[in-house]
Amino acid sequence: MTPGIVIVGGGQAGLEAAAALRTLGYDGPVTLICEEAHAPYQRPPLSKDFLMGKQEADSVFLRALAYYEKHRIDLVLGDRATEINRGARLVHLAGGGTVAYEQLILAVGARNRALPVSGAEHALYLRSLDEAVTLRQRLAEARHGVVVIGGGFIGLEVAAAARGAGKAVTVIEAAPRLMARAVSPVLSDFFLDVHRGQGADVLLNTAVVEVRPDCVTLTGGWRINADLVVVGIGVVPNIELARDAGLEVSDGVTVDEFLRTSDPDIFAIGDCAHHPRARLESVQNAVDQAKCVARAIMGNPAPYRDVPWFWTDQYEIRFQMVGLAAGYDQSVLRGSIEDRKFSVFYFKQRRLLAVDSVNRFGDHIAARKILAAGTALTPEQAGDETADLKRLITLNQS
Amino acid sequence: MPNVTYISHTGETTTIDVPVGTTVMENAIKNGIDGIVAECGGAMMCATCHVYVDPAFLDRLDPIGDEQEEMLGATAAERKSNSRLSCQIHMKPQLAGLIVRMPERQT
Repeated sequence: MTPGIVIVGGGQAGLEAAAALRTLGYDGPVTLICEEAHAPYQRPPLSKDFLMGKQEADSVFLRALAYYEKHRIDLVLGDRATEINRGARLVHLAGGGTVAYEQLILAVGARNRALPVSGAEHALYLRSLDEAVTLRQRLAEARHGVVVIGGGFIGLEVAAAARGAGKAVTVIEAAPRLMARAVSPVLSDFFLDVHRGQGADVLLNTAVVEVRPDCVTLTGGWRINADLVVVGIGVVPNIELARDAGLEVSDGVTVDEFLRTSDPDIFAIGDCAHHPRARLESVQNAVDQAKCVARAIMGNPAPYRDVPWFWTDQYEIRFQMVGLAAGYDQSVLRGSIEDRKFSVFYFKQRRLLAVDSVNRFGDHIAARKILAAGTALTPEQAGDETADLKRLITLNQS
Repeated sequence: MPNVTYISHTGETTTIDVPVGTTVMENAIKNGIDGIVAECGGAMMCATCHVYVDPAFLDRLDPIGDEQEEMLGATAAERKSNSRLSCQIHMKPQLAGLIVRMPERQT
C-alpha cells in the first residue's frame, strides 16, 4: 500500500488534522495512532461539566467511531509510537507493528508535570479521560476536604467543582498570585476574591513539601487535612519521540511558521509544537494548527497566524481570553469588576495585543475580529463604553 | 422518543431519536452526522455547530440569550434570522420532529 499521512497522537489536534485532510480532499491513507484506548475526545469538559456530574463520558468524544470508517481514517487505538525511522519513513509502534509515511504529523501533546515531593503518588492528576473518571469518583467520596496543589486553570476549575459539591477546599499556589503564567494581576486578584468568596481557602506563596494519604505538609511544617489531593502544576510537552529521531526540540518540538519540523516531511501541531510565536496549550491552537498543517500537506501552505483564544469556567464565571498579552505596557478596563462583567484590554505602544473578558461575550467576540483584522482600536475607545466595538469593525471593513 | 431531522447543504437527510434534555449538536456528533463540527465541544466558544432551524419550530425554541447572540456573530456561514447554535438547543417534547439544516461551512 502506498504510504500516506500518519498522525501520531489521538488528541484533538491529531483528530482535527485527520478531519481537515479529508475535508480538503486528501485521498490517500490517513492513519491516526492513539496511545489511549479511547477514540479522540475533548478535554475541556473533564475539568468542568464532566467532573461535576453534569455530563457523561459518552458525550466527550469528538467523533463517533462511524465517522472514522466513513472517512477512511485508520484509527489505531491503545498503541504508541516508540520510534521514528526518518530515513526509511517508518513509525515503529509499541505493539510491534510499523507504519510507513509519506508525511508525518506529530500531535503527541504534553503530559502532567509530576509533583516532585515525597508522597506525590497519593495525589491525583487531571488530563486524561481515565484520570477524570477516577477524580470524579474520588471527589464524590471525599469527606475530609480537598487540597488542590496548583492555582492554574485546571486547579481552579477542580476547586470550583469541589466547592460546588460542598467539599472543603484548599488551593495551594507557589507563586504570589493565581494563574500567574497566563493572566495579568487584575485577573489574578479578581479570581482570588471569587474563590475565597465561594469559601475556598487559597494559600499563595506556599509550597507543599510532602503528601500523605490524609494530609499535606507545607514548608514550615503546617499540615492540612485532606483525603483527596489533586495536582495541577502544568504539563510538559512530549518531545522524546522527536528528540530521539534527531529533530530539533526546545520547549516542545521546534517548528517553523508553516508548522514544519527540522525534517521537511514531518510536522508538529498542538500542545507539543513550539511555533516561533509561542507554544500554546488550547483547543483553538490544536484545531487551527491542524487545519494549517492540512493545507500545507495539500500543497497550499500558509503561515500559522491565527489569533489565539482560550476560555475557563469557574463557578458562574465565564472567562475568555484572546490574543497574547505578553509585553503589554498599558491596560484599559471596560465594564465593572464589581458587577463581574468586565474586560481588560492590553496595549503595547497603543497597539492592541489581547483582551481578557469576564462574562462579556460581546467584547470577546469583537476582540477576536479586531485582532484578526488588525482593526485600529485606541486605548481611549477600549475604555469608553459608548464606543461600540462592533461598529468599529464594520466601519473598518467598509 | 422525539426525533430530529438533519438536512445537509446537499440535501442529505437523516432522522434520529434525540433524548429529551440532550442537545441537537451532541446527537449529531454521536450519530456521525457530518455538517455540525462543534470544535469547542458545546462550550459556546466556536460557533461551528451553527444550524438553520426550520421556521415552523422557531417560536418553540428557548430565547436566544445574550451570549448566544454574540456567538452567532462568529459563524462562518451567513447568519440568518433562523440561525442557532445547536449546542444550545436542548430537546424538549415541544420540539419533537424538529428539522435543522446545516450550512455549507462551519469554518
